[in-house]
Amino acid sequence: MSDVVLKIENLHVHYGSIHAVKGISIEVKKGQIITLIGANGAGKSTTLKAIMNLVKKSSGRVHFQGIDITDKPTHSIAQLGIAMVPEGRRIFPNLTVYENLMMGAYNRKDPDGIEKDLEWIFSLFPRLKERLKQPGGTLSGGEQQMLAVARGLMTRPKLLMLDEPSLGLAPLLVKEVFEVIQRIRDEAVTILLVEQNAYGALKIADYAYVLETGRIVLQGPGNELLANDDVRKAYLGVKG
Amino acid sequence: MRMSKRLSVKTKGILTVLFVILMALLIAIADRKASDYFVLILNLIAINIIFAVSLNLINGMTGIFSLGHAGFIAIGAYTSVLLTLPIEQKEISYLIKPLIYPFNRIELPFLPAILIAGLVSAGFGYLVAAPSLRLIGDYLAIATLGLGETIRVIANNAWSITNGALGLKGIPAYTNLYWSWGWALITVVVIASLVNSTYGRALKAIREDPIAAKAMGINVFSHQVMSFVIGSFFAGVGGALWAHLITTIDPKSFTFVRTFEILIMVVLGGLGSISGSIIGAAIYTVGLEFLRVLESPFKIWFINYPGVPGMRMVVLSVLLIVLMLFWQRGIMGRNELSWDSIVSAFAKLRRGGKA
Repeated sequence: MSDVVLKIENLHVHYGSIHAVKGISIEVKKGQIITLIGANGAGKSTTLKAIMNLVKKSSGRVHFQGIDITDKPTHSIAQLGIAMVPEGRRIFPNLTVYENLMMGAYNRKDPDGIEKDLEWIFSLFPRLKERLKQPGGTLSGGEQQMLAVARGLMTRPKLLMLDEPSLGLAPLLVKEVFEVIQRIRDEAVTILLVEQNAYGALKIADYAYVLETGRIVLQGPGNELLANDDVRKAYLGVKG
Repeated sequence: MRMSKRLSVKTKGILTVLFVILMALLIAIADRKASDYFVLILNLIAINIIFAVSLNLINGMTGIFSLGHAGFIAIGAYTSVLLTLPIEQKEISYLIKPLIYPFNRIELPFLPAILIAGLVSAGFGYLVAAPSLRLIGDYLAIATLGLGETIRVIANNAWSITNGALGLKGIPAYTNLYWSWGWALITVVVIASLVNSTYGRALKAIREDPIAAKAMGINVFSHQVMSFVIGSFFAGVGGALWAHLITTIDPKSFTFVRTFEILIMVVLGGLGSISGSIIGAAIYTVGLEFLRVLESPFKIWFINYPGVPGMRMVVLSVLLIVLMLFWQRGIMGRNELSWDSIVSAFAKLRRGGKA
């Protein structure tokens, strides 16, 4: 049981009178890629935001490495070791690429470790090294997405949560993003990935949950779901 | 290579020291030789720099749209005056209700009075920030505007402390060029080093995207409160200097119009730029004085201009509108004046001259 990093039990979220998440329970195991897939409005992003306490939970509990984080403020949750790469990148446009990365390392007090992580990030995203002194807002969409992921990694997270990292990227870049996610997992960072690109996500996922209108309708190992007829029909556009 | 050469840290340090010495010399000369009027303007520039730079820390750097600066200036002004006003003067002034203990027994020198004024103002800043920073955007602006006005209304009615609407007179004229420019220097140095630290970088990150900043583990609320408190401290210091320059204060000196004046300086110079705030404060103060010509009658050739009271405010407003149309982000934008930028500007001029 100790290899469960994140445990969500019976999570409910309301936006006013709209019941967006209707009792979701998820377990994220250490060193794995877990993905939540589903259509628009299925409650995937809301689940991530609820974990970070960026939206209010109606009920349910969230544990991270055995610690109850249900009612902790967002910044404390981040300090415990969960990094969230929000939807739409949300980098700091007027700070330079370097400053953006350093904001990720804001609460760290290990200059050597920061230096080492910077090197690692430059090996993952060589483009960022070239643009270190440029304001983040001048980067292309794909580069901004890389910066957002890199900034999250600079917090040295135990769990990295990615919200739609492939959104709005060219197909070639989408492939690159999924490859990078695998390389990050190989460095012992657990990943919770929210995606609309079901095919790409399922291919790299160790375990996947399919969400529909706020409920989990299907779950299983990534490759199993990839072969599942219902999934193929609903999300992969395969006529059956 | 066409790339502009960067100056070494040492050269920059020497240039900065030279610049400060030059300023100090100029102030020393002005203090001895210049007319009272000129000295008053120089003092007002320095005090407005303190106001503008401290408001810029709150509004420009941290992105809290606060409209309560006048309230903190009032607190600083009243606190310092209550401490420095001679005891006999206090006995004469408080006609309606006597001044409460311990202020009726205290007469402090200027420096401790300024520091206490700053600290009291910072304390009020904390009291205002803690609840109102739960709000965002327009709501926060309205809340701080209301709280700033509340402070003024309290000053208007707390007869046994502020002498109410009668105000306070006979304040010792302690403020001179050394005090005002000295504090302006301290304000700029403290706020500039804060902004350039990792802490300041976090403030900027909060301004750009508070949610992303939270997700990076930055305690957005405590950072914003801290910025607000530091800004309030310097507003209080500026208020103390101002009170001891003008030598009479009453609640009407601290209406929201004053907040907007400072806001104009900040926006004119560039929201988020310290050198911009300094330039904005100087232009606004000097400009307002220059335009005084418009309020007295004069004659150009055959046209007799009668001189309209209040005309300078009209002209200044038009000038500001025109300025903002062409420089939407203010004179400096978010950039800072540095030795590098000055040198490269000169180099450009020289290249342009030769070509």
